[in-house]
Amino acid sequence: MTSPALESMYQEIILDHYKHPHHKGLREPFEAQVHHLNPTCGDEITLRVHLDGTTVADVSYDSEGCSISQASASVLTDLVIGKPIDEAMTLHEEFVQLMQSRGQVEPDEDVLEDAIAFAGVARYPARVKCALLAWMAWKDATAQAVGTDGGES
Amino acid sequence: MTYDAAAKLAYDVARVRKDFPILDREVRPGVPLVYLDNAATSQKPQQVLDAMRDYYERHNANVHRGIHTLAEEATALYEGARDKVKTFINAADRAEVVFTKNSSEALNLLSYVLPLKPGDEIVVTEMEHHSNLVPWQLAAGRTGATLKWIGLTDDGRLDLADLDRVITDRTKVVAFVHQSNLLGTVNPVDVVAARAKAVGAYTVLDASQSVPHMAVDVQTLGVDAVAFTGHKMCGPTGIGALWGRRDLLEQLPPFLGGGEMIDEVTMAGSTYAELPHKYEAGTPPIAQAVGLGAAVDYLMELGMDAVHEHELQLTSYALDALQQIEGLRIIGPTTTEERGGAISFALPGIHPHDVGQLLDEYGVAVRVGHHCARPACLRYGVPATTRASVHLYSTTEEVDALAAGLRKVKEFFAK
Repeated sequence: MTSPALESMYQEIILDHYKHPHHKGLREPFEAQVHHLNPTCGDEITLRVHLDGTTVADVSYDSEGCSISQASASVLTDLVIGKPIDEAMTLHEEFVQLMQSRGQVEPDEDVLEDAIAFAGVARYPARVKCALLAWMAWKDATAQAVGTDGGES
Repeated sequence: MTYDAAAKLAYDVARVRKDFPILDREVRPGVPLVYLDNAATSQKPQQVLDAMRDYYERHNANVHRGIHTLAEEATALYEGARDKVKTFINAADRAEVVFTKNSSEALNLLSYVLPLKPGDEIVVTEMEHHSNLVPWQLAAGRTGATLKWIGLTDDGRLDLADLDRVITDRTKVVAFVHQSNLLGTVNPVDVVAARAKAVGAYTVLDASQSVPHMAVDVQTLGVDAVAFTGHKMCGPTGIGALWGRRDLLEQLPPFLGGGEMIDEVTMAGSTYAELPHKYEAGTPPIAQAVGLGAAVDYLMELGMDAVHEHELQLTSYALDALQQIEGLRIIGPTTTEERGGAISFALPGIHPHDVGQLLDEYGVAVRVGHHCARPACLRYGVPATTRASVHLYSTTEEVDALAAGLRKVKEFFAK
């Protein structure tokens, strides 16, 4: 019924994360909270970061938007919670690179885990912003949190 | 038989579609285009494409500046387009038709030149496109005037019970939309304009979504100024129009300065050209005006009453078809009474982005998002909607394709 390209965007992994998002809801404690939105389509996310020393102790969020933006937030939290900040930032770079690849980069499953499911989304330029919304919010919040007592810079 | 009755009988959508080459294309092999994003922009008939091509191939020159043959031909074509637009909207005077880049520029122009001062109030509505909201927010910021708005009812109409409370003796400008791009609602221009006139306020009408779909007569609307854009009425992008009452535009100061809009220039100062050139600084979009003129010819040949009747029938068909889809909620009026052919809706649990992406898979082009009318989306508790909108070449088969596509979308996300 649907084309292979579309199937690759709406993979089971993405639909699963969309229907059953991980780590959703805003939690205490946190050192930074940000609100990001995608003005062209109305996707929104409020995201909190809690750092413990140099570790990403928790990422909590409240969001509204399409399946891609919601699944991406869920996958992000799975990947970065419990990781050292610098390692999480490297993952962030890998994910951004994958999303900007227009489908030309073969993602490394050992590094990106479920996030490799987003490789198909990279072929739809209009949807890349959806996939990146939570990741950009996380980077912003983490940079702010590093500047507080919650983490060391 | 009257002209309108003849036009109605003669309306043959299959023949009309033959004029639009793009409607024949496939989105992907075997998947024909079903274009239902007409509130965003319309497609262009061959007649418009030919007129623009002919202009560039045979007549291209700058206007109002040369005495050579091409300059005279280009000027005649450009000014001829103005005459066509004047006739189309039944303006009393060709000097009242100012070419702009689009509706946004026309509305920004007005927001700069209409006199406002601290203590004055500007009134808009909660269903404005951002292009008739943000310029007034900026004007309020510049001048110290206050921005107020008329709210909406649950069924997608202006809350007219609010009218006398919102529009007061302090109101200097009432700027409102004729037909909502998000809700499809057609507003009672006479009622709002009468209240505005009673308090001595200027009235500005955003007619971007009405002029392409119904006969609009600027002399009977009862407003001071009207903005609309070419690309939604089968013309090219880059050309729009401002109509304003001559006595009003004559009093108001210029907007953009430059060539074309001046009379006498010295280093110390300048006097300004007569209307409409006072508001047309710089080389205008000449080929685009020619294209708009051809679009107006095309629309007048079809007859705007016939176009409106065709779209009304399709809108009725689409409202029925959509409401048969379980769970689908229409954001805006659910009947064709005082409503145009832009229909926004929500499917429970499925974001419009996902709806639009899957519909594209079936060749169906719709708009998803907040449609540059975010406050109205917020009013109805939705971050975004899916919007299908018809035009003079749309068909019931296309509406059927939309409905079938939406059922598949529901299946896809139910699995």
